[in-house]
Amino acid sequence: MNVLVYLVPLALGLGLAGLGAFVWSMKSGQFEDLEGAAHRVLADDDLPGV
Amino acid sequence: MSDTRDFSVFVRPGDGGRAAMDLAVEGIHCAACMRAIEKGLAAEPGVAGARVNLANRRLTVEWEPAKSTPERILERLEAIGYRAYPFSADGAESAEKREEKRLLVCLAIAGFAAMNVMLLSVSVWAGNVSDITVETRDFFHWLSALIALPAALYAGRPFFESAARALRARAVNMDVPISLGVLLALGMSVAETLNHAEHAYFDSAVMLLFFLLVGRYLERAMRRRTRAVATNLAALKAETAVKFVSESEIRTVPLAAISVGDLVLVRPGERISVDGVVEEGRSEVDSSLVTGETRPLAAAPGIEVYAGTLNLTGALRIRVRAAEKGTLLAEVQALLDKASENRGAYVQLADRAARLYAPVVHVTALATFLGWLAYGLGWHDSLIIAITVLIITCPCALGLAIPAVQVVASGALFRSRVLLNAGDALERFAAIDTIVFDKTGTLTLPSASVMNRDELDPALLALAGRLALSSRHPLAGALAKASAAREPLADAREEPGTGVFATLDGRPVFLGKPETAGLGLEAGRVAMAHPSAALIAVSIGEKGAVIAIGQELRGDARAVIDRLRAAGYRLAILSGDHEAAVRAAAGALGIEDYAAGLKPQDKITRLEALRAEGRIVMMVGDGLNDAPALAAAHASISPIEAAHVAQAAADAVFIGEALKPVADALAIGRRAHRIMIENLWLAVIYNFIAVPLAIAGFVTPLIAALAMSGSSVLVTLNAIRAGRAA
Repeated sequence: MNVLVYLVPLALGLGLAGLGAFVWSMKSGQFEDLEGAAHRVLADDDLPGV
Repeated sequence: MSDTRDFSVFVRPGDGGRAAMDLAVEGIHCAACMRAIEKGLAAEPGVAGARVNLANRRLTVEWEPAKSTPERILERLEAIGYRAYPFSADGAESAEKREEKRLLVCLAIAGFAAMNVMLLSVSVWAGNVSDITVETRDFFHWLSALIALPAALYAGRPFFESAARALRARAVNMDVPISLGVLLALGMSVAETLNHAEHAYFDSAVMLLFFLLVGRYLERAMRRRTRAVATNLAALKAETAVKFVSESEIRTVPLAAISVGDLVLVRPGERISVDGVVEEGRSEVDSSLVTGETRPLAAAPGIEVYAGTLNLTGALRIRVRAAEKGTLLAEVQALLDKASENRGAYVQLADRAARLYAPVVHVTALATFLGWLAYGLGWHDSLIIAITVLIITCPCALGLAIPAVQVVASGALFRSRVLLNAGDALERFAAIDTIVFDKTGTLTLPSASVMNRDELDPALLALAGRLALSSRHPLAGALAKASAAREPLADAREEPGTGVFATLDGRPVFLGKPETAGLGLEAGRVAMAHPSAALIAVSIGEKGAVIAIGQELRGDARAVIDRLRAAGYRLAILSGDHEAAVRAAAGALGIEDYAAGLKPQDKITRLEALRAEGRIVMMVGDGLNDAPALAAAHASISPIEAAHVAQAAADAVFIGEALKPVADALAIGRRAHRIMIENLWLAVIYNFIAVPLAIAGFVTPLIAALAMSGSSVLVTLNAIRAGRAA
C-alpha cells in the first residue's frame, strides 16, 4: 500500500507529461505533413561540411 | 507594351512583419522535389523561408516585403521547374481545420484517460478474484474517478453538444444515447464507489468515448483531405487575365482582381477567362470546353464571348461584363442551384442506421429496468443492470463501421487515380445502374492529336510540324508535339487567319487553311471521315495533304465501355457537339443510345426522364455545360482537366488519360458499400449476443471492456478488406 502512494501518482504524472507533449506538438503544427516529415529526417543539408 | 504580373491579392501577413503566401504546386511527387523547392527558394534574396507540405502538395513561402515580390518568387519556382499557383485558403477550410484539431485534442485526452483508468481497472479485476481489500479497491476507484470524470467531461463535449442540439430540435440522433450512456455510467460508478461496491464502469465510459472519437476523427480527416484536394484543383485552374491598365499598358492579374467594365486582351492561342463583349479584333473561338461544340465560332466586335473558350486566330480586346452574372455562367449556376435542391436528401447509410439505433436502445434499457423492478430485484440493482445494457449496446462498432471503410476505400480510390470530392459518394456509386457520358473531353482525350496519321506521308507530317513551330494557333502546338518537330524553318512567317508561309530548298511550303493550298476537295473528304476534327493543310510545291487534328477517343475507352456493359450497366452519350461527331464516337464505342447538340437544360431533362424510368444515373462529364447535369445526377465524376465549375459539381475527379478510373470507382464503391453493410451486421450480431447477457445481469466491467474493444477491432479489420485491389 505504501508503494502505491507514490507509484500511482508517478505513473499518472508520466501519462500527463505524454499528453502534454502530444498536445504541444499538435499545436505547433507537427502533424500537418506526415509524409514530408518522414523524408526530412533523411536530409543531410544541416550537417557542416556536407 | 510592358507585361507585368500582379499577385498581390494573394499575399497575407506572416510573422515578424514578413509577407507570406500559400501556393498549390504542380509536379511535386517525392522528397527530392521537396528539397529542390525549399533549397532553391531559400537561395532567392529576400526569402525568409519556404516549406513544402508533401501530403497535400502545397507550399508556404515567407519573405521580406522590401526585398522581394510574389512575382519574383513564382519566376524562381518556374526556373527550378515547378509551376505554382497562389490561392487564398478559404474560410471553410480553416474552420474545418480548427474543428479537426479540437477533435484530435479530445481524442488524445480520451486515450490518455482510457489507458490510465484501464491500468487501475485491471488491477481491481485481478484483485477481485484474489485478495484485494475494500480500502485499496475504493482508493483505485476514486483515482479512476479523478481521471475519468474531468477527461470524459472534456472529451465528450462533441457528443454532448450534438445531443443537446438534437434534443432542442426535438429530434434524436446517435449522440443522445451515447451521451446518456456515458453520463449515466459515470454517475452510477461514483454512486457505487460511495457504497464500497465491487464494480465500477469508469473504464467503459472513457473507452466508449475513445473509440467513438477515433471514428469521428477519421471521418473528418477524410473529409478535409478531399476538400484540400478540391482547393488545390481550384488553384491549379486559377486563371489570370491580361488587363489594360491604361491605353497601352497591360498587366497580367489574377481573375480576382478583374472587375466589370475592365478591358481585357486575349491573344491568339490563349483561353478567354472572362465573360464579355468583343470591342476590337476578329478571331475564331473554340467553345468545346464550354458547350462541347467542336466547330469554331466567329468572333467580331459586338459578339459575346464566354469564359473557358479558346481564342484561336486573332487578338481580341474584350470589355468585361457583369463579372459574376455573365449570361452563360449565370444560367449554369441557376440550374446548378435548382439541381442541388431537387437531388433531395440522400440519407446516408450511417444516418439510417443511427435513426434505428437510438429508439431501440432506449426502449431496451427502459424495458430492462422496469422488468427487473417488476421481478422484485429492487430499485438500485435494477438501475445498474439497465445502465449496463445501455453501455453494452455500445455504438463503438457502429461509430467505426462506416468511417473505417470510407477511409480505406478512399485510399484505394486514390491509388486508382480517383479523388473523392464528396464523402458519401462511395455509397452512391454502389447504387448506380445507368451511366451517361459526355463526349468531348470525357470520352475523348482532353488534348488534341493527329487523327489521320496513317494516311499521311511521314515527310509531309514532319514538315507540317516544323512549320507549326512558327505559328501561335493552338492547334499548331498539338501538331508540333505530334510530329516531334524541333527546328522551325528560318524564313517562316505567319499570316493570321490563313497560315504559315516559308520556303524549303527553294520550294514554297505552306501550313494552314486547306482552301489556300488548293486542297478544298481533299479537305471535304477528310472531314467526312473525321467529322469532329479541325483541318489543316500542308503543302510543299505541288504536293500537299490535309491533316485532321482533333480529340481522339481515350485509348482504353472501348475496353472500358465493354467492361461496363458486361457488368450490366446501361450506357448512353449526351453531348453538346454536333450530330455527325457524336454519331461517329457512339459507333466507335458500340453505344446505341446517344443525343447530340444538347444545351445544359436539355441534359438535365434527359436525366430526369431516366430518373422517372426508375434508373439510378451516374454522369461523367467535363464541360461547363455538364455542370448542372453533374449536380443533378445521383452520382458524378469528371476528368481533372474539366472546367472549374464542373469539377466543383462532381462527386469525384479522375486523373490521367485513361477511362479506367471511372470503372474502378464504381467497382470500389460497390465493394465498399458491401463491406459497410457487413460491418453493420457485425455490429448488430454483437448486440444480439451482448444485450441478452446484459439484461440477464451477467455483464461485469471486464466483459463490457472486452466486448467493446473486441467489436471495434473486428469492425476495423473487416474494413481493411475494402482497400484491396478491386
